Amino acid sequence: MEALLETRGLKAFYGPIQVLHGLDIAVQEGGITALLGANGAGKTTTLRALCAMVRREGAINYGGAAMNARQTEDVVRLGIAHVPDGRGTFVDLTVEENLRLGAYTRSDREAVKQDFARVYGYFPRLEERRQQQAGTLSGGEQQMLAISRALMLRPKLLLLDEPSFGLAPIIIKDIFRILRAINREDRVSMLIVEQNANLALDLADHAYLIETGRVAISGPAAAIKSDDSVRRSYLGY
Amino acid sequence: MSALLHQIFSGLAMGGIYAILALALVMIYQATHLVNFAQGEMAMFSTYVAWEMIDSGMPYWAAFALTIVLSFIGGMLIERIVIRPFAHAPVLTIVIVFIGLLLIFNSVAGWRYSYTIKTFDSPFPDKRWFGNTLMSSHESGAILVTFAVLALVYAFFRFTPLGLAMRAAAQNPASSRLVGIRVGWMLAIGWGLAAAIGAVAGMMAAPIVYLDPNMMLGILLYAFAGAVLGGIDNPWGAAIGGFTVGVLENIAGAYVVGPEIKLSVALVIIVGVLVVRPSGLFGRTLVTRV
Amino acid sequence: MTLANDTPTALSAAAIAQAGSRRLQRLAMGVFCIFALGLPFVASGYHLFQFAQVLIYAIALLGLNILTGYNGQISLGHGAFYAIGGYAMAILATKFDVPYWATIPVSGLICFVAGFLFGLPALRLGGLYLALATFALAVATPQLLNYRGFDAWTGGSQGLQLGKPHAPFALPLTSDQWLYFLCLVCAALMFWAAANLVRGRIGRAIIAIRDHPIAAETMGINISFYKAMCFGVSALYAGVAGALGSIVVGFISPDSFGLFLSLSFLVGIVVGGLASIWGVLFGALFIEFVPNYADQLSDLFGESAKALPGAIYGILLIGLMYLMPTGVAGVIRTAPGLLSRLFSRPKRV
Repeated sequence: MEALLETRGLKAFYGPIQVLHGLDIAVQEGGITALLGANGAGKTTTLRALCAMVRREGAINYGGAAMNARQTEDVVRLGIAHVPDGRGTFVDLTVEENLRLGAYTRSDREAVKQDFARVYGYFPRLEERRQQQAGTLSGGEQQMLAISRALMLRPKLLLLDEPSFGLAPIIIKDIFRILRAINREDRVSMLIVEQNANLALDLADHAYLIETGRVAISGPAAAIKSDDSVRRSYLGY
Repeated sequence: MSALLHQIFSGLAMGGIYAILALALVMIYQATHLVNFAQGEMAMFSTYVAWEMIDSGMPYWAAFALTIVLSFIGGMLIERIVIRPFAHAPVLTIVIVFIGLLLIFNSVAGWRYSYTIKTFDSPFPDKRWFGNTLMSSHESGAILVTFAVLALVYAFFRFTPLGLAMRAAAQNPASSRLVGIRVGWMLAIGWGLAAAIGAVAGMMAAPIVYLDPNMMLGILLYAFAGAVLGGIDNPWGAAIGGFTVGVLENIAGAYVVGPEIKLSVALVIIVGVLVVRPSGLFGRTLVTRV
Repeated sequence: MTLANDTPTALSAAAIAQAGSRRLQRLAMGVFCIFALGLPFVASGYHLFQFAQVLIYAIALLGLNILTGYNGQISLGHGAFYAIGGYAMAILATKFDVPYWATIPVSGLICFVAGFLFGLPALRLGGLYLALATFALAVATPQLLNYRGFDAWTGGSQGLQLGKPHAPFALPLTSDQWLYFLCLVCAALMFWAAANLVRGRIGRAIIAIRDHPIAAETMGINISFYKAMCFGVSALYAGVAGALGSIVVGFISPDSFGLFLSLSFLVGIVVGGLASIWGVLFGALFIEFVPNYADQLSDLFGESAKALPGAIYGILLIGLMYLMPTGVAGVIRTAPGLLSRLFSRPKRV
């Protein structure tokens, strides 16, 4: 397997403050990679740095080519969809309009139509609320909407920022089941940031533990999960 | 009674013009939370451009269309060149820049076209339409044009991908960039559209108020009043507000305060609404975050 | 040891610098006073009239700068209060036979009340909305002054004619010289008051409200009161200036108080520097002489010269915001060396 996304010495800054101190991570083609770590370790910042939402340095390779110079608006055009921290819902627009925006960069109308049917298939609740203002949806529904909006790009790589945040366990289970299905059936690679390590390690095949902007430990998800010392010192359970 | 009806209907005609200009103001407000004090002067300048083309022999509707296109381009250029550098500046700075634009347009128009008042012909035939005795043909025509503009703007924002992208960029720029919308260009297009819509308001107003560099000052004030009354973050509220202000202004001018201090009606509406209900009739209440 | 040695040296160096800058400052003040006092005996009547006008504008600009520069409330309608001051003076003098010198404080007080009352509702309006409301006020002012119901008082569009006052106590001064000195004395008083206001407790409070409104409120500053007071004080300055304007010009009519006047005041404080006391002198010189010189260019440009002041103002407003948002006084203040010390008092240790 070849890496779809790879970073070398990735650094990121908020104003004068450096948050990432040379991060080397990779996402395999068709794989799911999890980024784990405590609050403030730099997980969300890593995703933001990939999408040029913060000032950054270092090399980012995607599909074998450098993508350092890409602006945020152009990163999507490579087939990278970002489900941001806080879900990024367009609260005043309808559910359907939110989804249309997900396909904003696409011109293949027929395929977009199919994708509407597909995401409504995954999340029937969204179809019921198609004409409703997105701001009136519940937290779980907004998370579904955010994932669906990203899927409307028909992405090669999905960046997920805490998809379980603030949701009821039953909804989390549902969402993670669908993520796995998307990965298997549509061959969408994923980079997922999670607080809930157990959940992420079940889904992912590879994981990185990040500590203050650096990779502390990396390895196959199963190995990390079963390593008692790692579990105790980093994952806290 | 017919006198009152007459006042109401000609109020509606002017109100339509205020509604269009208010719509232009709202368009920029929604994207930037700023009120463009130069919107009226930009419209005035566009109207002079139209006058120049018609004066040189171009058919009215060709000049009308060309003016709209030129205004759109001009509005975009102003955003890109003049406004863009102040994207993160404080409100006071940007208001000063808008006032600068206002002064520049006003004086350049005076320079190029002189301060002498000019007539601007109406494109609508002189006979009254459909036996309509309450309005002049220009007033009826202006109302029709107003409705056409409102319908086009509605359709643009409701049904086109670009319109959707502009709405998205205005309310959530960060998320918009993540789905691939070029937010900077959306702002520029917003300015272009506002300038184009303003040009229509100017061209519809000129046959009524005559053409001179200060022609839009009062109209801008009524448009402010309309936008504030309807809710400055709500385009349809602002349009309804514009019509309402037009009728109120005409009735107050005829029966209450007299025609010579009609502008105070706008002042009273603006201050009154802002004090009693700052969000306007249809706008949303803004909450300051601590 | 070095520390013990260093400290007194540093202190004395600072003291020398401070004494030096005080001396320079005194020198500058001296030069300015000699210029201001000597001017009436060298300048002709018309030029003297222009400089009196500069002093009047400076007073008005001072008021606007307290409101907009120091307190951060955007007013585009300062000309309206200038108009109220001017009309108050003219009406008091022509209809009530109040001596002209007595009308000055009364006009100021009337404007203070008017400004305070307008400021009360304006309090609830954030920056942009206040700009809107005051813009509307500026546009509507000439119409309101023209209102037929007030004709008996205001003289309608004809305006009011006032006599030119002569120097009192048989002073050997021409009318123009006397009026100039009157403006100079008023300006000196108003500058003194403004400088003390912004440097003191109240000044710190109004600046805090501009920069950190929420923090200011939690520190127990009564924001509403201070904002309304700022509005009142700024109107008072405009009122005094308006009254002096009526006295000096000897005539008043609605046409002089349009939007352009209010926008000129905005130009004045931007050119002079937002939140600067002495900068308003530059601003006043600018808005007095630019239209004047533009008028003289009408030989070259014909009628189009009328457009020149507006164009210059507009380009300057945008250019200044772009290049030096602190204005002329700010540039001088930040320029190293001699000039910087003339216009900013040394910080007290």
